[in-house]
Amino acid sequence: MKKSKLLMIIGSFLLLGLFVFPLWNITLEAPQYPIPLGMDIHINKFTDTHEFDIKNINLMNHYVGMQYIPETIPEFKIFPIVIGIMVFFGITIGFMGKYKLYMTWFVLMSLLGIAGMYDFYLWEYDYGHNLSPEAIMKFTNPDGSVMGFQPPLFGSKDILNFTAHSYPLAGAWFMFTGMLMTFIAFFVGKREAKKK
Amino acid sequence: MKKSIISMFAIAVTTSLMVSCGGPKSKSDRGAIAGNAAEKVYVAPGEHDSHYAFISGGFSGQLAVYGLPSGRLFRVIPVFSQDPEKGYGYSEETKPMLMTSHGLIPWGDSHHPDISQTEGSVDGRWVFINENNTPRIARISLKTFETEEIIEIPNSAGNHSSSFVTENTEYVVAGTRFAVPFPQRDMPISEMKGNFKGALTFIKVDQEHGHMDIAFQLRMPGFNYDLSHPGRGKSHGWFFFSTYNTEESNTLMEVNASQNDKDFIAAINWKKIEEYVANGGGTKIPAKYAHNTWNDDEHTAKTVMEDEVLVIEPSEVPGAIFFLPTAKSPHGCDIDPTGEYIIGNGKLAAQMTIHSFTKMLKAIEDKAFDGDAYGIPIIKFDAVNYGTLDQPGLGPLHTEFDTRGNGYTTFFISSEVVKWNIKDLKIIDRHPVYYSVGHLMIPGGNSRTPDDKYLVAMNKITKDRYLPTGPEVCQSAQLFDISGEKMELLLDFPTIGEPHYAAGIAAEKIEGNTTKIFKLDENTHPYRVTNEAETKVVREGNNVHIYMSMIRSHFSPDNIEGVKVGDKVYFHVTNLEQDYDVPHGISMIGANTSELLIMPGRTTTFTWEPKAVGVWPFYCTDFCSALHQEMQGYVRVSAKGSNTPLKYTLDGDVPGEDEEL
Repeated sequence: MKKSKLLMIIGSFLLLGLFVFPLWNITLEAPQYPIPLGMDIHINKFTDTHEFDIKNINLMNHYVGMQYIPETIPEFKIFPIVIGIMVFFGITIGFMGKYKLYMTWFVLMSLLGIAGMYDFYLWEYDYGHNLSPEAIMKFTNPDGSVMGFQPPLFGSKDILNFTAHSYPLAGAWFMFTGMLMTFIAFFVGKREAKKK
Repeated sequence: MKKSIISMFAIAVTTSLMVSCGGPKSKSDRGAIAGNAAEKVYVAPGEHDSHYAFISGGFSGQLAVYGLPSGRLFRVIPVFSQDPEKGYGYSEETKPMLMTSHGLIPWGDSHHPDISQTEGSVDGRWVFINENNTPRIARISLKTFETEEIIEIPNSAGNHSSSFVTENTEYVVAGTRFAVPFPQRDMPISEMKGNFKGALTFIKVDQEHGHMDIAFQLRMPGFNYDLSHPGRGKSHGWFFFSTYNTEESNTLMEVNASQNDKDFIAAINWKKIEEYVANGGGTKIPAKYAHNTWNDDEHTAKTVMEDEVLVIEPSEVPGAIFFLPTAKSPHGCDIDPTGEYIIGNGKLAAQMTIHSFTKMLKAIEDKAFDGDAYGIPIIKFDAVNYGTLDQPGLGPLHTEFDTRGNGYTTFFISSEVVKWNIKDLKIIDRHPVYYSVGHLMIPGGNSRTPDDKYLVAMNKITKDRYLPTGPEVCQSAQLFDISGEKMELLLDFPTIGEPHYAAGIAAEKIEGNTTKIFKLDENTHPYRVTNEAETKVVREGNNVHIYMSMIRSHFSPDNIEGVKVGDKVYFHVTNLEQDYDVPHGISMIGANTSELLIMPGRTTTFTWEPKAVGVWPFYCTDFCSALHQEMQGYVRVSAKGSNTPLKYTLDGDVPGEDEEL
């Protein structure tokens, strides 16, 4: 089998890692939490980093009027279907061996990824800013506006007594690696086509 | 660098203290400076001690947990006495733990903690401890650091030569200090001699859960059985008990029980007796004793009143029990790590008796006996004795061991600890203690593998050692470094109650296994709630059951109406937290009981019988969160016979009936 085909098929296949490993992690550190609180985000669920972490994050957050992290969100139904379709699609065009389609796949997947991140950002924004009017403690920024508690999209950020960390986990690395392979597949495929 | 700055600071402080105080105290402080003691006991903020020390609270009835080398007190585990701080013995769930055949007893006298063993080494599963006054043995979990089981010992009185374990925790023993009628009966005290008996009780320990059951009781002659220790290694299968009052006197015993120059160490081949029992030996006799067990899923204790016990007469198992003559009223009866030397700490003698296990076996084989006592062969002194340690000090009480062949013995009257070599019977070092030392402890000291860096001496009297606090001053422990040739005094630290006896263990054998929370979904308490929607109030005649929850930072329900004077109100309170170190407490104005302190995931109950109409508040007693002060509620109490309807709410809604909850 041609190298490009192989790269495309394996690259698409690697996306299945998202069904096994968590995609993202948010961790909250504070002095009174020597073992930090954490939440892993999968494509179909939220899970505790350590048992009961989400319950305890909710308990912390209720003091400033933040909403509870929901049991499930609509995205958890959509994401697995989208990923499933893209894997099927990628493997199919891999076998077909049309390298131009590889780039189409890659661009489409990138757009979907960006859309996913944007969706995540919107959720985070709402989570950090849509506060209960009955919040026990109300904090304001130096300019007088209501303080938000949005965790960072990527990286680390201090929020009151907590430091919030937001970083990709294994599932995401499977996806990035897979996508990178499909991207390379396009150029390898192009070179292979020229040689003919 | 940091360390040296700290130690220099410590030296400066100590030096200035010496200059300002002067006097006799400088004697002990000088040793500390020379050895840089401050640095050796300094555990930096946030760092952990290397060892746990479980020091009995003596007449407090409890067991205290300290760290070594810092001497910091971490926890007082309630065992035999009520503890209002924790609600132990007050809550409906824990009251059965203090039940006995005499009814609920709110106090006990805790004596000798001993850690469970596997293959002759302390293993960190459980601590056993005896209650001296109303004979009982408790088992404490080293996962939860809570008392899980208490078993009463029938036919015993002054449960003192207890609660030591065999080298695989096959048995924990309980020996009687008082000779008493066995079984109890009405008879003249003056007819004691020959008629009173001494019960030595062997309690089988279930290896999975630790559950205790009395396997058999030996009906021994009516001596006083003072202390005991198990054989180990080559002597595994034997148990040794010291005796006093072999005179069998019943009055002015300080004189009359101190007439014989030699008393006995009783050597008991429990394996032989175990075999006899397995073959159907012994006689079951009626005996009433309480067996209390705690269940961590139900979060509740229950009492079973047992009604018989298996009794064995020494004459039934020939060749299983022998007496070893031992210098005057031995207190401690200690076995070295190899299992070869049996040491009698002759409290009222000018010497210590060291017997040899090998010689004992040979003497038994050769029948080198010097008569018998009530049919039990007395082995000839010379046939069993390895040697004596002459003039070691005054009033030897207890010996523990290092791994280098040395014994460390406390001397009560001369207030000192003496280090001596067992083989050579030579004294190596002696160090004064302040004052009147009772027992001492080397972590793992009662095992084949002592962890021989530290020694803790436990003193009965402190006099001028600490700031005075009126007529009653603290008792204390003293920490020594025994890693060198000379013992080095490192630290004094005060203790709770009387630091009667102790057991120690390396922290690594325990610290990773401790329970952090109880899981709500494993809670099977009949009055538990798993979420706020399940909270409710139910009336059953004059009993009102409140199924209440607590979580940062409110109770549910927190407004209750319809309670009447004459009702008995049960607060069944579940802590819904599932986070480490987030207990909540609860107390009700006028309740004739203690607060409850409730760990995450646990359900606990107290009762309240309101005596006057009004609106009465309750609140959280443990500072739980930033909103702790707001964690409070009200109960409205109406007149007897009034028709105020039963009503309970949180934030105006009935829990469970509003979707938003």
